[in-house]
Amino acid sequence: MAWTGNVLRVNLTAGTVASEPLNKQWARDYLGQRGLATKYLAEEVDPTVDALGPDNKLIMVTGPLTGTMASTGGRYSVVTKSPLTGAVACSNSGGFIGAELKMAGWDMIIFEGKSPQPVYLSIQNEKAELLPADQIWGRSIWEADGILHKLHQDPDIRICCVGRAAEAGNLYAAIVNDLHRAAGRSGVGTVMASKHLKAVVVRGTRGVGNIKDPLRFMQATEAGKKVLSDNAVTGGGLPQYGTQVLMNVINEMAAMPTRNMREVQFEGAHRISGEAMHEPRQSDGKPNLTTNAACFACTIACGRIATIDKGHYTVQNKPEYWQASGGLEYEAAWALGSDTGVDDINALTYANFLCNEDGMDPISFGATVAAAMELYEMGALTKEETGGIELKFGSAEALTQCAELTAHGEGFGKELGLGSKRLCEKYGHPDLSMTVKGQEFPAYDPRGIQGMGLAYATSNRGACHLRGYTVSSEVLGIPEKTDPLATEGKPELVKAFQDATAVVDSSGLCVFTTFAWTLDDIAPQIDAACDGEWTTEYLLEVGERIWNLERDFNLRAGLTGKDDTLPKRLRKDAANVGPAKGMVNDVHAMMPKYYAIRGWTPEGELTEQTRQRLGL
Amino acid sequence: MAMALQLEAEKCTGCLQCEMACSYENEGVFNPAKSRIKVFTFHEEGKFAPYTCTQCEEAWCMHACPVEAIVVDMATGAKNVLEDVCVGCKVCTIACPFGTVNYEPDSGKVIKCDLCGGDPWCAKACPTGAITYVDDSDTTYERMRAWAQQAPSAPARFNPPQPKSVQIFDRES
Repeated sequence: MAWTGNVLRVNLTAGTVASEPLNKQWARDYLGQRGLATKYLAEEVDPTVDALGPDNKLIMVTGPLTGTMASTGGRYSVVTKSPLTGAVACSNSGGFIGAELKMAGWDMIIFEGKSPQPVYLSIQNEKAELLPADQIWGRSIWEADGILHKLHQDPDIRICCVGRAAEAGNLYAAIVNDLHRAAGRSGVGTVMASKHLKAVVVRGTRGVGNIKDPLRFMQATEAGKKVLSDNAVTGGGLPQYGTQVLMNVINEMAAMPTRNMREVQFEGAHRISGEAMHEPRQSDGKPNLTTNAACFACTIACGRIATIDKGHYTVQNKPEYWQASGGLEYEAAWALGSDTGVDDINALTYANFLCNEDGMDPISFGATVAAAMELYEMGALTKEETGGIELKFGSAEALTQCAELTAHGEGFGKELGLGSKRLCEKYGHPDLSMTVKGQEFPAYDPRGIQGMGLAYATSNRGACHLRGYTVSSEVLGIPEKTDPLATEGKPELVKAFQDATAVVDSSGLCVFTTFAWTLDDIAPQIDAACDGEWTTEYLLEVGERIWNLERDFNLRAGLTGKDDTLPKRLRKDAANVGPAKGMVNDVHAMMPKYYAIRGWTPEGELTEQTRQRLGL
Repeated sequence: MAMALQLEAEKCTGCLQCEMACSYENEGVFNPAKSRIKVFTFHEEGKFAPYTCTQCEEAWCMHACPVEAIVVDMATGAKNVLEDVCVGCKVCTIACPFGTVNYEPDSGKVIKCDLCGGDPWCAKACPTGAITYVDDSDTTYERMRAWAQQAPSAPARFNPPQPKSVQIFDRES
């Protein structure tokens, strides 16, 4: 088992909630979480619908290992059609709410329609009800969290919520749970707010108990934990420095996108790195980093809990920001820092706090500010249009002003909230938008890491590092080292990473385990917990099926093979320094081979044979 | 030698593996709501702290129980709840100064830590060593040692301290 077998269907238009049995065949075919919810979405939603209209659905979903003792077994995903990309959106979050939902007895919640009034959903085990959200609508996530805790009089409730950014129509709004963990990308929070759904409050005391073979499960999960603790990354680098362990590594190999990806190395990287977060500051002798923290069941504990220097200009008169909260992860530090040229660690931490407080994807936000800075410096965007902000690369003040305005959905922040693609189109320079399918890039420059170029171009949710993280192989040598500057062998590598990641994202586990685990470590844990036989081979088939289902949804939504590309800058403007000096990303040299091994036509369509082989 | 759980909050990451191990060992289900050990998060300070029964020598809960449902496990020193005897009156939950005996609504009885009969699962599950099972006279040893280490040390021994003559006993008498 391991699934609860219960699906909660919430019709927001009618204001009703209903329980229905989980489709067991689909669970067998798609495992859970990302895969299973995508199947529900593909079956129930016309891919051409308006992402922000009532016909789109929003699915919050757990995996079979969510809520168990498997290390990192606390993940949940939000699946919907993205308003940012027009493609399928699937954003994954840790924290504690996923496990709580499972403990309450639910595998997933399907939200349909649109509520006439702002509401929130309250779940206490089998009891679910929609309640008026008058007191929390228009509030930040942090405020709403406090109000809901008071209202429910239960310190153990878990909450996910959207902020003012989502309410204002920001296209990359996140759903934040447990104050600072987020289903961050592709605007899943925007969809939630468009349905007038402000928050979900969960308390589950039923537990997760229906493990197929408990003894074998305990042995398998224990073996998995040992692999994680013995590994240098998951047992050392990640707990100590978080994902920020990568900042100096990637910068040194000149694969650090800088100033809207004009450059590939950031001179200020050492001031915003994981190591810098450990350095005591002059004012109070405390480091930026307070402690590391774990999500539910996680034995890695890469989470950063940090504080801002109380004397810093951003918070000098704002004691509400003096407390410890979710600190800089690598992607946030990169997007808010290197990509905008800002090396003030306090300004970045403040901007990151605002992203958590009002629910914005810090990658898309930072990258959009970076694009706006380039437009400003070339004169395409004027001071009148920015509302008086001197939007220059390297300006911490400009960054934090933009963060405040965008988080609150005010002034120029409204335009920044549209994302870099729409902003650059509006101001006449679409080529300056560093996006794929309308979603902003993460922190690995594909000129110096060739496989990532292909992974970005073909990612089913637009530019993303978490759909096929070939950095593992190309940079860190996991599971084996490949040459980051070579294109040969990369189509195969990208496909293998994409399929395996789809499995991890569907299991309830965290993708960061794959710094140490392969599917051979994961399969025994799934197999001991879930009905049926789950071998590595079968899981890879499931992963490939999920990938193709997502692709099929996107093609039906109107995307084509032409969308599998990179911005001109990465294909034409060579890297200026480092090992990749003189190189561009050769994505289109890799594409035909990739399509062929995917079993797609030269135009990137699924062949009938591929559909049949995967049962689509 | 008696053993005790040693809880070191500064090592805790808040992952709740202990709560799941506890509930699984005792209830056969992964369920923090039924765990006898509880991890508290002090979000604004960035602090996590595991907390459970310290197995008091003169246990308030045991003395307060009107039906003698709480007894000493002679092998471990744990104060165990006899579920068949417990009537769910909750007097022990009031008597315990630390709040570590709790009423469990599904069974109508109280639950508390029983040290898993001498092999506590929370300690085995803790990935960071924040929960360990040690000789009960040593639970503060490492903390003492850490503080002792902070004492100033002599920079260089150019002038080593001279031994002074001490006379403890009066040899004359």
